Amino acid sequence: MRESLIILLPMAAAILAVLWRGERTRPWLLPATGVVHTVLSFSLLLDPPLVAKGAWLGFDPLARAMLPTVSLLFLSCAVYGLTYLRLRSERPNRVFVAALLAVLGLLSAAHQARHLGVLWIATEGVTLATVPLLHFNGSARAVEATWKYLLVGGTGIALSLLGSFCLCYASLYGGGEGDLTFTALMAQGHSLSRAWVLIAWVLLLVGYGTKMGLAPMHTWKPDAYGEAPAIVGALLAGGVTTVAFMAILRVRAVVAAAGEGVIADRTLLVIGLFSMFVAALFLLGTRDFKRMLAYSSIEHMGILSIGASLGGAGAFAALFHVWSNSLTKGALFLSAGNIRRAAGARTSDVVRGMGLVTPRSAAIFVTGMLAVTALPPFAPFFSELRLVRAGLETGHPTAIALFLGCLLLAFFGLTRLVFAVVDGRPHTAHEHGRSGSSETGGVIGPPLALLGMSLWLGLYLPSVLQEAWAAAVAQLFPGP
Amino acid sequence: MSQPLDLLIGLAMGLNLVALGSGRLTTLIRIVSFQGVALGVMPLLLESHLRWHVALIALATVTGKGFVIPGLLRHGMRSANIEREMRPFLGYVPSLLLGAGGTIAAMALARKLPLLSAQESSLLVPGALATVLTGFVLLIGRSKAISQVCGYLVLENGIYLFGLLLIHVTPILVEAGILLDLTVGVFIFGIILDRIQREFDSIDTRKLTALRE
Repeated sequence: MRESLIILLPMAAAILAVLWRGERTRPWLLPATGVVHTVLSFSLLLDPPLVAKGAWLGFDPLARAMLPTVSLLFLSCAVYGLTYLRLRSERPNRVFVAALLAVLGLLSAAHQARHLGVLWIATEGVTLATVPLLHFNGSARAVEATWKYLLVGGTGIALSLLGSFCLCYASLYGGGEGDLTFTALMAQGHSLSRAWVLIAWVLLLVGYGTKMGLAPMHTWKPDAYGEAPAIVGALLAGGVTTVAFMAILRVRAVVAAAGEGVIADRTLLVIGLFSMFVAALFLLGTRDFKRMLAYSSIEHMGILSIGASLGGAGAFAALFHVWSNSLTKGALFLSAGNIRRAAGARTSDVVRGMGLVTPRSAAIFVTGMLAVTALPPFAPFFSELRLVRAGLETGHPTAIALFLGCLLLAFFGLTRLVFAVVDGRPHTAHEHGRSGSSETGGVIGPPLALLGMSLWLGLYLPSVLQEAWAAAVAQLFPGP
Repeated sequence: MSQPLDLLIGLAMGLNLVALGSGRLTTLIRIVSFQGVALGVMPLLLESHLRWHVALIALATVTGKGFVIPGLLRHGMRSANIEREMRPFLGYVPSLLLGAGGTIAAMALARKLPLLSAQESSLLVPGALATVLTGFVLLIGRSKAISQVCGYLVLENGIYLFGLLLIHVTPILVEAGILLDLTVGVFIFGIILDRIQREFDSIDTRKLTALRE
């Protein structure tokens, strides 16, 4: 009941948003839905329902380990969105609000999808629903970013459909009935056709990897994150990528059940390290602090991919990192949005001294940047530490050395740009007028809350979360 | 697998090559439309006796891929008032050669893949692979937004061909979702086309170069 409500409620709210007449009151649907969604997902976290074995949708341990963080992120973004949409009242918000709510509903469905086809439909739905969000600003640059997002994302999603078909054929060839629920596929295990499983793995990894933003399928990401409003960027980086990662985790479990786990892990490890390396190089070069967040997101997707390749302990670390990355990245996106609005530009050539113009946002931005580059006691430090330990325990010292090297490069890149934006003397143009007064509670509270949660997860990891992640790992790595 | 089915798949593969060699947008759209109709008829030929859900898929595919989407594309082309000639990133002869080579490779690859005995002699798998490849060449090699959408459609057609292998097992929900998503996807493509046209006064994706490092 609660598990279907968590999907249907945001969908109903999306329809309501389309019908709603008041332009100024419509954004209130966002936090209202966000609160109910958060309450529902945490009640599901604390008291998980039973999932029928062959069900196509269900709040299984994996959904339980990830969906609540999406709720928290959405709620923060929704509260921020209230003020944001008031500041941007010159643009109609009907489509924006409805699409945002639809994305939440589809994300909830995709997290709970236990059937390859349903998972695909929900992911495709998320891709399409994000389109109006990306070109909310309506500028030529936003249209360009949207076009690239559609073309690259659409191709990725098409390939993942082809991969799903291949997995279905693998089941048929192995004498199965072509049942595409993950439980049935895993149960079929070794009788799945090896050749078709491997083809499916490549296609699904490329397809969902495009959605996740793993290099070299990441090309849409900097454009989309750079042009989208801050809340959209935060939701893409913390919610949509999470779904794609979950899809990869679920498919990996099927491939491992078919006896090809070693190959799957090796590809995940290589593609993860490659993503981190590419992201680190671009982080060292970029001068645009919103595109910087996209490269940082690519880096963290690489970290997730590496975690997924390192067995049970690595998957546990990756699930932890999903939480720490979503929350911390959310704080970074929202504070960067404040800085961007106050400065009216996005590159370090033009933007300087934001520590004086927007002191509070700048403080959150710097702290968030340090947190995301694994400064203790924030959560990313602990999740990455677990990952390093998992890597060393499973005998991957070279990979871990490369991992740490990329982290260091990314740290140089991030600090260079963030301090260039925050430090120094601001241009006279933004010393007067908009300074100070723009930093109201509505745009400072949400990123601060997200940062606080990241700190809290670092200082004190609730036992219920540890138990949820352990249960998800047990689902992904069923014992012999 | 029946003779007429292989004939239709052969036709679709031939259309791939025509699409790769054609320089006019109207021709390209017409080819995509023909291919859509050919694909839509195929499920009917897979059956010895007609089942309603297969008939429904065939009907939806013929209307969607054969008429609605090409119509939308033509509408987009007219409203954008773009030049008919295209200046592709990849010339027509190289794309044709790639397509022909790809088709041969697809035939060879399909022979290597483990296939169920009922489908071993059919052209379905090589046809699907060749069509997916053609879609990619069009998607990457063309500069006009409409040609890229056509490339995307050809790619989807290839995936659809592969899906025909599974038509007896994939539940209708999944199939309905696929058709719906495709239509909506291209519909949004259309809106974007319109927007690009308004913002850039042309539908040349070559001009989409403001965002780069």
